[in-house]
Amino acid sequence: MQNYSIFNLARHALGGHRGWKPAWREATPKPRYKVIIVGGGGHGLATAYYLAKVHGIRDVAVLEKGWIGGGNTGRNTTIVRSNYLWDASAALYEKSLQLWEGLSQDINYNVMFSQRGVLNLGHNLQDMRDIRRRVNANQLNGVDGEVLDTAGVKRLVPFINTSPDIRYPVLGASWQPRAGIARHDAVAWGYARAADSLGVDIIENCEVTGVRRDNGKVTGVETTRGVIEADRVGVVVAGHAGVLAEMAGFRLPIESHPLQALVSEPLKPILDTVVMSNAIHVYVSQSDKGELVIGAGVDSYTGYGQRGSFQTMEHFLSALIELYPIFSRLRMLRHWGGIVDTAPDASPIISSTPVDGLFFNVGWGTGGFKATPGSGWVFAHTLATGTPHEINAPFSLERFHSGALVDEHGAAAVAH
Amino acid sequence: MTCRLNQGGVIDRSKPLNFTFNGKPLTGYAGDTLASALLANNIHFVTRSIKLRRPRGIMGRGPEEPNALLQIGEGPSTLADQRATQVMLTEGMNARSINGWPSLEHDLLSALSLGSKLMPVGFYYKTFMGPKGWWERYEKLIRPIAGMGLTPDGPDPDLYEKRDLHCDVMIVGGGPAGLAAAASLIGTGLRVVLAHEQALWGGGLLASRTQLNGQPANAWLEETLAALHAAENIQLLPSTSVFGHYDHHFLGAIERVREQRPNAPIRERFWKIRCQRLILAAGAIERPIVLPNNDRPGIMTAFAVRESIERYAVLPGKQAVVFTNNDSAYATARCLLDAGAQVTVVDSRASAGTAAKAMLPEQTTVIYNAKVCDTTGKKRISGVTVRQTDGTFTRMDCDLLALSGGWNPSVHLHSHASGKLQWDEALATFVPQNDLAGVRAIGAMAGAFDFATALTQGSEVAREFATELGSKAGTDLSLPEVSHAEPGPSQLQPLWRVAGKGPAFVDMQNDVKATDIELALREGYRSIEHVKRYGILGFGTDQGKFGNIIGLGIVGELINKHPTEIGTTTYRPAWTPVTFGALVGPDTGELFEPIRQTPMHEWHVQAGAVFEDVGQWKRARYYPKAGEDMDAAVARECLATQKGVGVLDYSTLGKIEIHGPDAITLLERVYTNNWQKLGIGRCRYGLMLDENGMVMDDGVTARLGEQHYLMYTSTGGAARVLSWMEQWLQTEWPDLEVYLTSVTDAWGTISLAGPKSRELLESIGTDINLSTEQFPFMSLRTGAVNGVPARVQRVSFSGEMSFEVSVPANEAAELWAMVMRKGEAFGATPYGTEAMHVLRAEKGFIIVGQDTDGSISPLDLGMEGMISARKDCLGKRSLMRSELQRPDRPQWVGLRPKDPTKVLPEGAQLIEDPAAKPPVAMQGWVTSSYFAPRLGHAFALGFVNGGRARHGESLYAWDADAGVIPVEITQPVQYDPEGGRQRD
Ligand SMILES: Cc1cc2nc3c(=O)[nH]c(=O)nc-3n(C[C@H](O)[C@H](O)[C@H](O)COP(=O)(O)OP(=O)(O)OC[C@H]3O[C@@H](n4cnc5c(N)ncnc54)[C@H](O)[C@@H]3O)c2cc1C
Repeated sequence: MQNYSIFNLARHALGGHRGWKPAWREATPKPRYKVIIVGGGGHGLATAYYLAKVHGIRDVAVLEKGWIGGGNTGRNTTIVRSNYLWDASAALYEKSLQLWEGLSQDINYNVMFSQRGVLNLGHNLQDMRDIRRRVNANQLNGVDGEVLDTAGVKRLVPFINTSPDIRYPVLGASWQPRAGIARHDAVAWGYARAADSLGVDIIENCEVTGVRRDNGKVTGVETTRGVIEADRVGVVVAGHAGVLAEMAGFRLPIESHPLQALVSEPLKPILDTVVMSNAIHVYVSQSDKGELVIGAGVDSYTGYGQRGSFQTMEHFLSALIELYPIFSRLRMLRHWGGIVDTAPDASPIISSTPVDGLFFNVGWGTGGFKATPGSGWVFAHTLATGTPHEINAPFSLERFHSGALVDEHGAAAVAH
Repeated sequence: MTCRLNQGGVIDRSKPLNFTFNGKPLTGYAGDTLASALLANNIHFVTRSIKLRRPRGIMGRGPEEPNALLQIGEGPSTLADQRATQVMLTEGMNARSINGWPSLEHDLLSALSLGSKLMPVGFYYKTFMGPKGWWERYEKLIRPIAGMGLTPDGPDPDLYEKRDLHCDVMIVGGGPAGLAAAASLIGTGLRVVLAHEQALWGGGLLASRTQLNGQPANAWLEETLAALHAAENIQLLPSTSVFGHYDHHFLGAIERVREQRPNAPIRERFWKIRCQRLILAAGAIERPIVLPNNDRPGIMTAFAVRESIERYAVLPGKQAVVFTNNDSAYATARCLLDAGAQVTVVDSRASAGTAAKAMLPEQTTVIYNAKVCDTTGKKRISGVTVRQTDGTFTRMDCDLLALSGGWNPSVHLHSHASGKLQWDEALATFVPQNDLAGVRAIGAMAGAFDFATALTQGSEVAREFATELGSKAGTDLSLPEVSHAEPGPSQLQPLWRVAGKGPAFVDMQNDVKATDIELALREGYRSIEHVKRYGILGFGTDQGKFGNIIGLGIVGELINKHPTEIGTTTYRPAWTPVTFGALVGPDTGELFEPIRQTPMHEWHVQAGAVFEDVGQWKRARYYPKAGEDMDAAVARECLATQKGVGVLDYSTLGKIEIHGPDAITLLERVYTNNWQKLGIGRCRYGLMLDENGMVMDDGVTARLGEQHYLMYTSTGGAARVLSWMEQWLQTEWPDLEVYLTSVTDAWGTISLAGPKSRELLESIGTDINLSTEQFPFMSLRTGAVNGVPARVQRVSFSGEMSFEVSVPANEAAELWAMVMRKGEAFGATPYGTEAMHVLRAEKGFIIVGQDTDGSISPLDLGMEGMISARKDCLGKRSLMRSELQRPDRPQWVGLRPKDPTKVLPEGAQLIEDPAAKPPVAMQGWVTSSYFAPRLGHAFALGFVNGGRARHGESLYAWDADAGVIPVEITQPVQYDPEGGRQRD
């Protein structure tokens, strides 16, 4: 792998940058792999990378129906944080956050992980109780966080509307300084490049159309580029978990909803942190390019159309202007949606399945981007050993039978 | 120096307008855009590019303009990133450039361009990685350079409006095609709406010398507009950008009201349009040819030059080079000549079409088989180098370079709704396939660049749609005869870029060069989406209108693929940027979400109550007397209730009336307990579970009649419970005959609690017998209270005897006042939600949403007795799961701080070892905590793993701010566990 650094950039500049090699090869499928990963999003690519790097399994293909990163990885608003309430979640997301902290160096690709901090606002007394409970749990779990009052929020976001008379006054917030945002595409490309350099085949324009089984054991997949055999298959398809499960002959407790986001025109720096409000459903950060990146909760109807309905957007923009009246004259440049798969407890499923050798890593809902490195890490372990890592053991499919839910939904009403 | 021509144009010379640019006073005319006014003042150089800080000028004429993005106005009403080609000039406008420090002319950061070799596309992915954790530092340097406009510094002073609009035929675009379509629908009785992005109707006609019926096009335009204005069935929306096309023929549009009426009270209006048929006549955008150093001020698209002369009477250069690969630019050459400029035409083809040749006098210099391969100049172009096929190079001076590389139909509104595109070989661009049902693209948007075809298509599709919609034909529009037409982009020979030294920009705004696209491909970013994302191609505020098709062409050449194989990137709304305020309309401030107030709200305000928000409601939290803090007020309110009578406004509780023969079945299915035996006039507490078996709401339901129940829900849960039950009834149990009506707002409820509550109610006067024998605990009576029809309920959330009196909402304020007046004799004390919380906590009653969080089952609460074994209900099956049966699940307990004065923070976690280092195992958490006046000590409720078996054990409450507080686990019910006081 060519090393990326300022020195090499200077060296290549002399040659008119003609010496750079492809970040990943345009691989053609082999008839058989040890492990096939279905879905070339951040999670799938991270899984492939850690399989090769940590577990030494390099006979791996990542099959992507379109272009890598083109699913939710390339559509999301990139909030990364680990201040989840329950121990199981905190362990998973904190593992991720720690990997984020060294990711650019590890994969030698700047993913621009910007630890500018995340605020979760509280607008009523109950919000503040929940925030306190969560921050306390975080600190006891070794996750950074503090409870801020209104003035503390104002210090970080001077223009936020802190009038006590507004419909949803800002009473305070939880503040995680180590949280932040990252560059989504770079995560997919960086993992792809690093995995490719270890021998992983990244195969784009290759849609999986069937899951081959023999006697309850997976033997490979059917794709638009032919049958490819494998000992183990890992499915990491974000908004399409239900579709893949159906191919494999079982059902998942998952609902697929559109989730929308939008950006403003670019502006000079105005917002230096990430601010989320669950009670009034809007969150915002400012990208390095200057665009305000704005999102909200899911559309209430299920569906696979990557659009969603306009009135959802109208509503969260009202919330935006309520909290940030100075944004009213700014303009929306672009809006879009992605499909998010959500389990009843709003936690992911990283698990073996009724089919031997077939593993699923799905159900990340509205908040899986932040988990990309950790998800890849534990799923690689699961695929390599056939058993879950201790971190993903609580996220089994079994939990919907046993009732051992990890309910972040109800618990802290957190999203993203 | 003025570049304004002495005559011509559709500007109003009788209305000069003063404006400033970077502080310099200038004038223009009504009818000018900011861009045309700047050009009239010979200002091309208006900004610097973001990354390389190169001087940039006005290049385009509309939404494709990549450079001229200016800041307009100051303070709270400043506007960022305004595209000068789309901003109509107004008196006193104050515009300025953003990038340029300390000034546009002298920019220190232009030194950045020296490092341009180090900054190819994607360079930031390869650098700024170390040392670990330093990215935020680099960001601090990068962010101020990137970004563009400035955010207002105060709330928006303007108003916006939203309107819904339903019509039969929606037409987008007021050029010849759209106008012809609209005119053909006059008198059809169909409701027709015609929206046009610009302030003036006419589109391409305004910059054309085409004659209609032997007259300048203006005459036909005026006639047609007059007819449209007069037509009852046509609504005209000028200055309106249709920005998005969504499912089921839904469109969003923004009307810039003040472009038509400068003093209008509304700045912009958001139209939500739903139509049966949609005619898209959105025109096309000219694309340049990419060549080395193609970004100097004074380089414009050919049509922008032509429009500048014909529409605004501004000559943007005296010595012009027109470089083209198709016929359309010949009209530009012609009007430059007529306006007195020197013109050289450089044509990459061997020859031009006949019509094009006929545009120019014979002596005009036209160099065929030639390409402009470089330019010179700093803040304005000063010359070009022309390379001919035979290898000769010619240098020529010029102050204007007009480029035409062909035209791209504005397919966006077709593509937003997933309409397919096809490649038109003759035009070398994508055109709509017109595959969407009920939607048709016509005119230039469909690749028809002559007015005659555009007009015909307009009237034809109008007739077709009118017939489909069952309308009798309206006016049979007699189409005007077209003459003197300028040639369109005919005989085009694709030319995407001219090779050579020097940066050749494909996307001006983000400084994306042709070599960047090459590099992206070389580095394996093969998919067009990857090229776009890695190369940030099309990410500017013009969203690729300027450079995307060229970028595609270049990619095609480089990888030797046909554009259809490569495909386009997704066209996403908005077509042009949309003001947030307009999308929000009036739904802001007080109208953002309704604030709900009870009928007695005013009384609480007068009494000095402090309020809290619960759901959408304002509830009185406590009523401090002079000198009292919250704790003192709450203690007083609690004790008054215990000793005498407390009065609580209970109106906010959700109330749902349930009618029908299957009402009881519904109750049995949504509640865990039995409802079969509840007699008329009796009440019962119920617990509602979600599918996971977790508590989602609770409350008392009373039976009012044979098939008639009244369900109370929590204040915050009212809407959720109603839609939950409706969802089940409508989707799973349509066979049940039962009707739900929310009556929360219809009643005002006053709760009288305490040993003197009965006496107080009697003194107010009621025909209901209040004795325990006649009116036992957990029953409901209807009757009159103070002469007003009332429902009185004997339930208790305070642990004291209480009567909840509900009267019609409009009567409630008066009754409340009466209660307080008569109550004086009994020491009646109003109490708020805080005292209510304390009183119920002493009784160990839960508050759903405070004590439960969606992960608490009735078993965890010790309420297994509430679950009927006899029947099934929602969530019951989930409770059978092994995990929910585990004895070490979090269980509902009381918590007594060892120091009886120490109130635990709500949200504290419970741990065993205060000295342990993270990760520390948590044993539970605190949900409710108070100083309990009736108990005389601090007291809390919460959950502890396996807590029911651990009463008497010690734990530590842990809070980030309050520190560590030792506690003892107790049972949750502390006050009057036998319940004698509430039963009386
Ligand atoms: C608008 C929006 C905002 C969001 N904001 C945040 C946020 O701020 N923070 C956060 O943490 N998370 C956020 N998320 C969630 C986050 O994007 C996802 O949880 C995460 O990206 C999932 O990663 P992935 O790699 O599994 O999915 P994806 O990137 O979607 O990858 C799955 C891939 O599988 C491919 N695929 C599907 N079917 C097949 C098949 N049959 N054969 C082959 N390939 C197939 C798809 O094409 C896709 O590329 C947001 C999501 C959306 C939509």
